[in-house]
Amino acid sequence: MSLLEVSNLKVRFETADGEVNAVNNVNFSLDEGKILAIVGESGSGKSQTVFAMTGLLDHNGYATGSVKFQGEEILNLSNKQLNKIRAEKIAMIFQDPMTSLNPYVRVSDQMTEVLVHHQGLSKSDALKQSISMLDAVRIPDASNRIRMYPHEFSGGMRQRVMIAMSLLCRPKLLIADEPTTALDVTVQAQIMQLLADLQKDFGMSIILITHDLGVVAGNSDDMLVMYGGEIMEIGKTESLYSKPTHPYTQGLMSAVPRLNDSEERLITIPGNPPNMMKPPEGCPFSPRCNYSNDKCSNVSPILSSVNKSGHYRACHVEVERIV
Amino acid sequence: MAQNLSESGAGRSLWKDARLRFIQNKAATLSLFILILIVSFSFVGPYFAVWSYEQIDWNAMGSAARVGMPSIESGHYFGTDDLGRDLYSRVIQGTQISLMVGVLGASVAVIVGTLYGATSGYLGGKTDQIMMRIVDILMSIPYMFVLILLLVVFGRSIGMLFIGIGLLSWLDMSRIVRGQTLNLKNKEFIEAAKVTGVSDFKIITRHIVPNLLGIVAVYATLLVPGIILAESFISFLGLGVQEPSTSWGALIKEGAGTISYDTEWQLLFPLAFFVVSLFCFYFIGDGLRDALDPKER
Amino acid sequence: MSKQTILQVENLKVSFDVSSEGDMPWTKPKKLQAVNDISFTLNSGETLGIVGESGCGKSTLARAIVKMVPAEAGKVLWLGNDLLSLSNSETRQYRKQIQMIFQDPLASLNPRMNIGEIIAEPLRTHYPKTAESDVQSRVSDVMNKVGLLDNLVNRYPHEFSGGQCQRIGIARALILKPKLIICDEPVSALDVSIQAQVVNLLMDLQQEMDLALIFIAHDLSVVKHISTKIMVLYLGNMVELANSNEIYQYPRHPYTQALISAVPIPDPSIEKNKELILIEGDLPSPINPPSGCVFRTRCHKAQEICSIEKPEFIESSSSHSVACHFSD
Repeated sequence: MSLLEVSNLKVRFETADGEVNAVNNVNFSLDEGKILAIVGESGSGKSQTVFAMTGLLDHNGYATGSVKFQGEEILNLSNKQLNKIRAEKIAMIFQDPMTSLNPYVRVSDQMTEVLVHHQGLSKSDALKQSISMLDAVRIPDASNRIRMYPHEFSGGMRQRVMIAMSLLCRPKLLIADEPTTALDVTVQAQIMQLLADLQKDFGMSIILITHDLGVVAGNSDDMLVMYGGEIMEIGKTESLYSKPTHPYTQGLMSAVPRLNDSEERLITIPGNPPNMMKPPEGCPFSPRCNYSNDKCSNVSPILSSVNKSGHYRACHVEVERIV
Repeated sequence: MAQNLSESGAGRSLWKDARLRFIQNKAATLSLFILILIVSFSFVGPYFAVWSYEQIDWNAMGSAARVGMPSIESGHYFGTDDLGRDLYSRVIQGTQISLMVGVLGASVAVIVGTLYGATSGYLGGKTDQIMMRIVDILMSIPYMFVLILLLVVFGRSIGMLFIGIGLLSWLDMSRIVRGQTLNLKNKEFIEAAKVTGVSDFKIITRHIVPNLLGIVAVYATLLVPGIILAESFISFLGLGVQEPSTSWGALIKEGAGTISYDTEWQLLFPLAFFVVSLFCFYFIGDGLRDALDPKER
Repeated sequence: MSKQTILQVENLKVSFDVSSEGDMPWTKPKKLQAVNDISFTLNSGETLGIVGESGCGKSTLARAIVKMVPAEAGKVLWLGNDLLSLSNSETRQYRKQIQMIFQDPLASLNPRMNIGEIIAEPLRTHYPKTAESDVQSRVSDVMNKVGLLDNLVNRYPHEFSGGQCQRIGIARALILKPKLIICDEPVSALDVSIQAQVVNLLMDLQQEMDLALIFIAHDLSVVKHISTKIMVLYLGNMVELANSNEIYQYPRHPYTQALISAVPIPDPSIEKNKELILIEGDLPSPINPPSGCVFRTRCHKAQEICSIEKPEFIESSSSHSVACHFSD
């Protein structure tokens, strides 16, 4: 049984200008100890997918479908029920650590609160565990630093504190929403290395949301490519990089500038990201796709398998034409 | 979110968006409507008046409680005051004066305050410090005291009232505008204008002031009631507009003075106009603030 | 076109006075050295990429070149004239030739002006006597050049996407046919597919108009793609300067090596087997930089001499310069 099974997840928002379909028909599963990367650009719905799973949608957002964690349905649970799952089973870290941490409360208090609340530890035990977790995320001089306020840490350090906080209850699944986007590249390398080490030590699964194809390449087992709220392609990271079978994935791979090659021109994807207020009929990528035909702009493609090892794509055009 | 921009045509400016949002705010739109009614009343009302605002009805003089009640037949639609003067015309007169003082006073305050605050905020450094310290010093002067002094020394007149109130109310506006300017100054489109070589004057007038107008409009509509209140207080003290001219404040003062003599209408009519107008201004100001909220899509 | 040196920056220094909270009004403020002794030359049609992480001073350097922030010392020679020694009115004429595009595409456009007015502004500022019809046609031309339909002139910035806003910014920068455009993180806020469009556009325009570019970014992959030569900055100091291919294949400064090693390559077989050179620790405070070489506190090669003597910026082979006592 997979750790996480998502079926037919749909998220829509009711706004003053009409209904926005942010996520349509998302299906995927995640096994224990594996890292899944969700890749997409603006409007792809990657963040809203995980917000729906963890009950963090805005008040005007509605999710339907099924999200089963360890066999139990967790979609649309009440806050009270979700709070038991959050931190203990599923933890989340966000892009901007400055706004994820309360600037008025010392780090020690923020961390011990988690343990006292979720695991009923005494304050002194909670403090000991928090300090050892800060050591695990390689914050120097943890026992003194823990008494500081968030603004006294640098960006990279704050993100480590966030990671430490999220791991306090040894969750089975860690969701990282663009964890290194706001950080310098050398700090990013440190944090990704840290996450990889912790993942091995703690044996947890990770969902890594990012738009950076380099980060995905080095840090995931499987990847899921989203566009316009739908899954375009899903499969093992190696397969998608070596042989992308979807025009969008192909386009992304060509558009990324690579340090190790000297192409004269970047091959771009023409056009603009989709307007989620008026999503195109049929396949959301069709307006920008070089291979699109009439069927593409009218009928939404469904995920179909490419090979036996869990590689799926949503496209009407034959694989042979694209590869 | 980018719309489908293949059609040409006029763009959807931020002012248009704001207007739409304002219209959707029922309280604000209703208030605007009522205010327009009141203003029209002050222009159109005199055509229905039988008596002028200073004419004395010798029948009612001294016996307002018995004879000076509001009635259609006597031509005193709102009744008379103690001296037998027609309250309907006097309320119209008061409305004209009070609104004029409020709006014109606020206009002076807005113009002076905006230019001063924008310049101070934009120039920054020592100039800004000095300019704002001047504002601080002026603000610390007891406002009412100075106003009364001016009125006593230079004589009571509408003009003096304008100048006195207007010149002292720009201080708040300059602070607010300066704050917004400081905020705007660091925006990239201002940097872009500087790199292009646009002159400081053009930057202030073309880039900074139009982006301030939102805040200025909101505070201006909140200034008007403040000025009307100030003028009313002055009139209540007896230092306001000269007789036989009158204002809401003066009328309220007279009405309050005779309240124990069964002549409630002398207080209620001017008070009603006063209170309703102030509420309208506040609702409009509120509506403007919501409509112009910078958290646009 | 022959290569002509258009910009020569010599020993540029920029510092700011900062006071900490809780200081008394009379306490002397501390000095933050944002840019420390930077020199380089730029020829027409070339692109200089400037990379570095937060606090390296790259944005301050850009702004000092266009006199948006005051320089403490040094020269900025534009076609032989030292811009820093000119008065504001004298500098104004050179502003036609040096333009800038910014990181946040929407924030760099005045929300109350339509894009026709925004793009026309530089033209109207420097050539106020231009006939209205001429202004309109030049705006149309430059909009077409950057790939915008000219029937969009009356639209307002918030009606466009990020990539389109950046094109509007580029159009505004191009209308006076400048010789140099300084690009301050122009694609960092854009999606990958849109980044590629804007980068290609800049490169095409560069070829067509013999434009020089200074391209500032933290994304080394993008910088390498568009630049002729690259300068690496750390805490306001130049640590390495070389041609873009050279700096990737033969980085000689330990910081550059770590920086390049940290850039994730979109290729799982390379990434998963990579030998990562990790720099530990945090960026030192620019108010109190380390003595000698500013990078020594995080450098795996640091020795005693590094704390005593600041390494000079020495040119080794064919325009490849490094500041390190132990460079490769």
